[in-house]
Amino acid sequence: MAQILGKYGMLLLQAMGQTLLLALLGLIFGCILGIIFGLMSVVKSKVCHAISLVYVNLIRGVPMIVLAFFIYLGVPYALNQFFHAGVTLTALTAGTICLALNCGAYMAEIIRAGIQSIDPGQMEAARSLGLTYWRSMFRVVLPQAIKNMIPSIVNQFIITLKDTSILSVIGFPELVNKAQNVIAITFKSFQVWAIVGVMYLIVILVLQQVAKILERRLNYGRKAKRAR
Amino acid sequence: MAEKQREQDKVTAAEMEMLLSHHIEKKVQGNSDNVKIHVDDLHKTYNKTLEVLKGVSTDITEGEVVVVIGPSGSGKSTFIRCLNGLEEITSGTVIIDGNNIADKKVNINKVRENVGMVFQHFNLFANMSVLRNLTLAPVDVKKESKEKAEETARKMLDRVGLLDKADAYPHQLSGGQKQRVAIARALCMQPDIMLFDEPTSALDPEMIGEVLVIMKELAAEGMTMVVVTHEMGFAMEVADRVLFMDQGIIMEEGTPEEVFKNPKNPRTQDFLNKVLEI
Repeated sequence: MAQILGKYGMLLLQAMGQTLLLALLGLIFGCILGIIFGLMSVVKSKVCHAISLVYVNLIRGVPMIVLAFFIYLGVPYALNQFFHAGVTLTALTAGTICLALNCGAYMAEIIRAGIQSIDPGQMEAARSLGLTYWRSMFRVVLPQAIKNMIPSIVNQFIITLKDTSILSVIGFPELVNKAQNVIAITFKSFQVWAIVGVMYLIVILVLQQVAKILERRLNYGRKAKRAR
Repeated sequence: MAEKQREQDKVTAAEMEMLLSHHIEKKVQGNSDNVKIHVDDLHKTYNKTLEVLKGVSTDITEGEVVVVIGPSGSGKSTFIRCLNGLEEITSGTVIIDGNNIADKKVNINKVRENVGMVFQHFNLFANMSVLRNLTLAPVDVKKESKEKAEETARKMLDRVGLLDKADAYPHQLSGGQKQRVAIARALCMQPDIMLFDEPTSALDPEMIGEVLVIMKELAAEGMTMVVVTHEMGFAMEVADRVLFMDQGIIMEEGTPEEVFKNPKNPRTQDFLNKVLEI
């Protein structure tokens, strides 16, 4: 174990760095997509509802590994074949798109449910004072909704972080991909997978602690959590 | 228990005499020629099938206090919510200070700046302190400076007797306190008109008084008010005009004397028999 760590520890740490980079990019773009499609599913317009519904159902209905191959191999192939576009996607670009689309769909659902869980009276009160719909949304409804959403968002962050491992199939040099390389050289699959597992575990435990602190900060003068 | 409570809430004939004769003096008299709210043939239909308002027309003048009474489901809440556009108007006109809010081109937010509303469930912003609740709209909508807005807010809080709660959060307040803050919040926008949608219906009996006192003061100061309520005592004492609504129309209207002592419509008589002990 110590031998592997000594020899390949740096390599695995770098791979973890790549994993975190991919997860971060996926989360950022995923959150943006989630906010856009989440808001689209709560506004009045029926067209917006329909678009959001199609997106969410499409992504939720397709396994991420299929989506990954489709974006990395399928889409460039089609563009080149039919439009002679000469497109190539790097594994990072394809991975980010795939992760963001996936994360975005689930975030959209979290955001929709979070907003709908807030008493409509809050919006009405803000509107009755002369605030516009969007000012009411951003000043009154969303701050409360986000507080309720945090546990689900953290959950989604963790899932997205772990989902990066799926992108090893398109050759992105993240942790699982590199671990397979190390095993190919050393044949020590027990030790390597154990190390990799612990590395994921540590990162996720840290993330959870950060989330807990954040949640406590957003408790608006409530000292402790209590049943409502 | 509930039955007993209802018995206690009933207004006896003697009390009614007293309340009607003590009709509050207005310290400030509005200009009764100045129509603040003009409602003409207002219809509201939900989902194209459920007709809640079937043609309501009335004029409310400056400084007038109009109390809307009626059984549950009679459309009185829908009516008051149409007055500031919280419900989309199906047909008819609602003109507030010269602006027809049924017209989509009218900026409803501009109209709402001058129309305060108090809700049954208070609807204080749960993510903000009491003071922030009061200053949000003046700063955000009227572009007042934070200092000026806070000064006004403290004045209003003092007025409803809750200056010491400025930094509290809504969940730390009692129902009565919440509703007093909600009234102060609406007043911070310096509205010409105040709408009250069952302001005391969600309160414990012992807290109703503290809210009604503030409303009476407002009425005495000449505020134009529309109040949906089940507090018959308040209606007798404060209202300039009582509207009795049922089945989506105004069945009867008049001074409290007329409506409570000599109701002409059998539906009004029936309703009043149930809520008053005469």
